[in-house]
Amino acid sequence: MMRFILPFIVFVILAAFLYVGLGLNPREVNSPLIDKPAPAFTLPQLHEPAKLFSPADMKGKVWLLNVWASWCVSCREEHPVLMELARQNIVPVYGLDYKDKNEDAELWLKKGGDPYVLSVSDADGRIGIDYGVYGVPETYVIDKQGVIRYKQIGPVTPQNLSEKILPLVAELQAK
Amino acid sequence: MKKYLLILLFSLMPVFSYAGEAKDMAEDPVLEKRMIGLAEKLRCLVCQNESLASSHAELAEDLRREVREQMKLGKSDQEIIDYLVARYGDFVLYDPPVKKTTLLLWYGPFALLLIGGGVLVYQLRKRKGQIAEPELSAEEAQRAAALLNEPADTPNQPKDPQA
Repeated sequence: MMRFILPFIVFVILAAFLYVGLGLNPREVNSPLIDKPAPAFTLPQLHEPAKLFSPADMKGKVWLLNVWASWCVSCREEHPVLMELARQNIVPVYGLDYKDKNEDAELWLKKGGDPYVLSVSDADGRIGIDYGVYGVPETYVIDKQGVIRYKQIGPVTPQNLSEKILPLVAELQAK
Repeated sequence: MKKYLLILLFSLMPVFSYAGEAKDMAEDPVLEKRMIGLAEKLRCLVCQNESLASSHAELAEDLRREVREQMKLGKSDQEIIDYLVARYGDFVLYDPPVKKTTLLLWYGPFALLLIGGGVLVYQLRKRKGQIAEPELSAEEAQRAAALLNEPADTPNQPKDPQA
């Protein structure tokens, strides 16, 4: 009897590994920046380049930093979700306009609506590297102490918004 | 004539288009070589199965530029690797470090080999125990003794049947 049970158990274990492995999304690389302070930057604002913005300005507030670009296809998918989020006024969303031309970016916001409190332009993508950006759009949830708590890789959808991001925001705001 | 000129022009196009890259490399060939050497050990996060050296993704280009600039600032290879790992995690390394989470990756195959070897030894031992030494009956023993005691082969009976 043992000679049948043992190989069967081995098979089940291997099958379990395979199942878990196939379920993982290789495009989602866990960010080493989770629970670390958001990298500092000072960048000109998209609409008023004379004014600067820095994450340090946001101390004491829970906020979202959404990395976007006018050339980014998935951003189109996420845009209505961000518009709706902005309307609900739950959490301020700031934009990091990644490797974009200012004219293109402004045209895109004029056409589709602007869900951001403000956007800053990261024209050469240097700040993107500091944040470990590798696929636009990405969204960071940053807490009152300026610590990154969560990173959404790929578009914000109604599903991950209601399941992950908003509960986390509520929890962080209550602290 | 015009046709031949056109053909010549088109055939030279790759040469023209390559000029930009070549110039960039010529700027500092030693540094460029060092950069490529390091970039071959790093994974492009966009294409995932390509190294930072071979990838044409825009991010890979930016990261190569970053590596190049940090090298110019005199940073060591390890410092640059640390810089990238701090941002993108161990995933950028083709050679992941030995850690709690990578123990299975590093030692799993050896563990499997050991387990396999153990099972093999166990099975062989068990089988050896199962195959009993054949016991001869008194009659068989007598026959065997008689055969062994027979005089040596006669000349007209070859030892080896194949000979």
